[in-house]
Amino acid sequence: MALAAAITDLEQLKDRPAVSALLAWNRSAIEGAKFDRNELSIYVAREFIREACNQLKTQGLFNFFSDLTCADFYPREPRFELAYQLLSHRHKEFVRLKVSLSGDDAVVESLTPVCPASNFFEREIFDLFGVRFLGHPNLRRIMLPEDWEGHPLRRDYPVEGYR
Amino acid sequence: MGHLSHTPVLDAPEEKTMVLNMGPQHPSTHGVLRLLLEIDGEQIVRMVPDIGFLHTGIEKTCEAKFYQQVVPLTDRIDYLCPMVNNLCYVMAVEKLLDLAIPPRAQWMRVMLAELQRISSHLVWLGTHALDMGAMSVFLYCFREREDLLRIYEMVSGQRMMTSYFRIGGLALEPPLGFFDAVKRFLNTFSEKVDEYENLLTGNFIWVDRLKGVAHMSAEDALAIGVTGPTLRASGVDWDLRRDLPYSGYENFNFKVPTSPDGDVWARYVCRIEELRQSREIAKQALEGLPEGPTKAEAPKVVLPDREKMKTEMEALIYHFKIVTEGFAVPAGEVYQAIESPRGEMGYYVVSDGTAKPMRVHMRSPSYANLQALAKMCEGRLIADVVAAIGSIDIVLGEIDR
Repeated sequence: MALAAAITDLEQLKDRPAVSALLAWNRSAIEGAKFDRNELSIYVAREFIREACNQLKTQGLFNFFSDLTCADFYPREPRFELAYQLLSHRHKEFVRLKVSLSGDDAVVESLTPVCPASNFFEREIFDLFGVRFLGHPNLRRIMLPEDWEGHPLRRDYPVEGYR
Repeated sequence: MGHLSHTPVLDAPEEKTMVLNMGPQHPSTHGVLRLLLEIDGEQIVRMVPDIGFLHTGIEKTCEAKFYQQVVPLTDRIDYLCPMVNNLCYVMAVEKLLDLAIPPRAQWMRVMLAELQRISSHLVWLGTHALDMGAMSVFLYCFREREDLLRIYEMVSGQRMMTSYFRIGGLALEPPLGFFDAVKRFLNTFSEKVDEYENLLTGNFIWVDRLKGVAHMSAEDALAIGVTGPTLRASGVDWDLRRDLPYSGYENFNFKVPTSPDGDVWARYVCRIEELRQSREIAKQALEGLPEGPTKAEAPKVVLPDREKMKTEMEALIYHFKIVTEGFAVPAGEVYQAIESPRGEMGYYVVSDGTAKPMRVHMRSPSYANLQALAKMCEGRLIADVVAAIGSIDIVLGEIDR
């Protein structure tokens, strides 16, 4: 059960198609990469995420948007980590793009204008985490009633009992 | 009741259109889906799905449970194929733990997952036909589904909420008579599929009702994030079982049915063929089932056998520790995707190194597929909405979670 250590050195990972494509496109957009448990994560600067996803898609590399979700690392800052799972039908592999957001400025560009699949996923994160997506055509709560207070999937929101 | 006043409503922008509310109690919405339809005569101008009526906060609950306690929760997401959900979750945690699963457990998992695909597709076929006005097909489908539920009950003690797959293997070795029951079912099932096809495939009313309805192109399907049989019926040849094999699927021979048409009929044809292919896979798994243990060699993670607990001190200690304080999972994050009957089911699990998951996210195929519904229906007739809902085979339990 000895886990192989994660590779976090960008130099060692630059031959991976997703990493090389993003590095060739814009070196400054990439904050780091991690290869852990056979899965590749690329940390992207917040202002470049829409364009990074769009690049991977238009280059025909990662043509399919699989999933978008968020994790709250409260009380650590930046507390939110968005995880975009992209799938390549050609290379038969997933890649995860990650964006870190701080608690007092949880805003990121929406992917929906370039990738309609992320519409519901972004609304869900807005609803349950309170992360706002700029440029989303219909950013309203999706699971909870419109007048709900708070965002239940945040770590500082209690699991049971009254708020 | 206060929140009811805030329920989204559509304001009709032009004088000639009106707004029609469909659901959430409408029987053809397969649960509690609410659709807001802006209509011009019989034509749909705009469609807005309203979901969340079944939201139970399962993802939040997972964060308060030990890793092994999450397995029963995953049953309740997609209640038509609980074992597929179990499989996806346990595989995600096994990836975090880097556990090797013995071949016998993997093959059993494949066999049961395929039986679940059959029973899930049977519910789809029965209810879809019922929506379209063919009453008797429902009874035929549920006859076979009953056999399958008995098989699940044999193996797990439960008909629907099975929780049979555990982190590191299976809950129990299957009981005596189980393999005979599966064999009996698989031997007769081909004829049963012929029977459904006899009722529907050549039936003029059925063909007329389905062909050319709710069309979606491959480009649209890929852009909207559609997966599973709905995507394959639009002509995209992609199946995670074949293309990114997991749990030993690379050892099985099967075809992935596709169709270029992209209408309700194509989805019907693809799923019917999947029934046959799933039977093939389950048959191969049954015939080639390897001998050996059904649990991984990891005493700190997998509960010991009952017999060992009564004879070995260590086994008893491990049992006590797993049940009372769980097991720590090394920090990290994984995304495990598998092919559920509805499409790409993915579990994103983040561990912070403790015995409880820091985040469990379910990427449910119905959730993404539902986004395609508006695309399928806008510009078409009200009567085809029900056909379109049936054809994407949604389960509201996994949409709302």
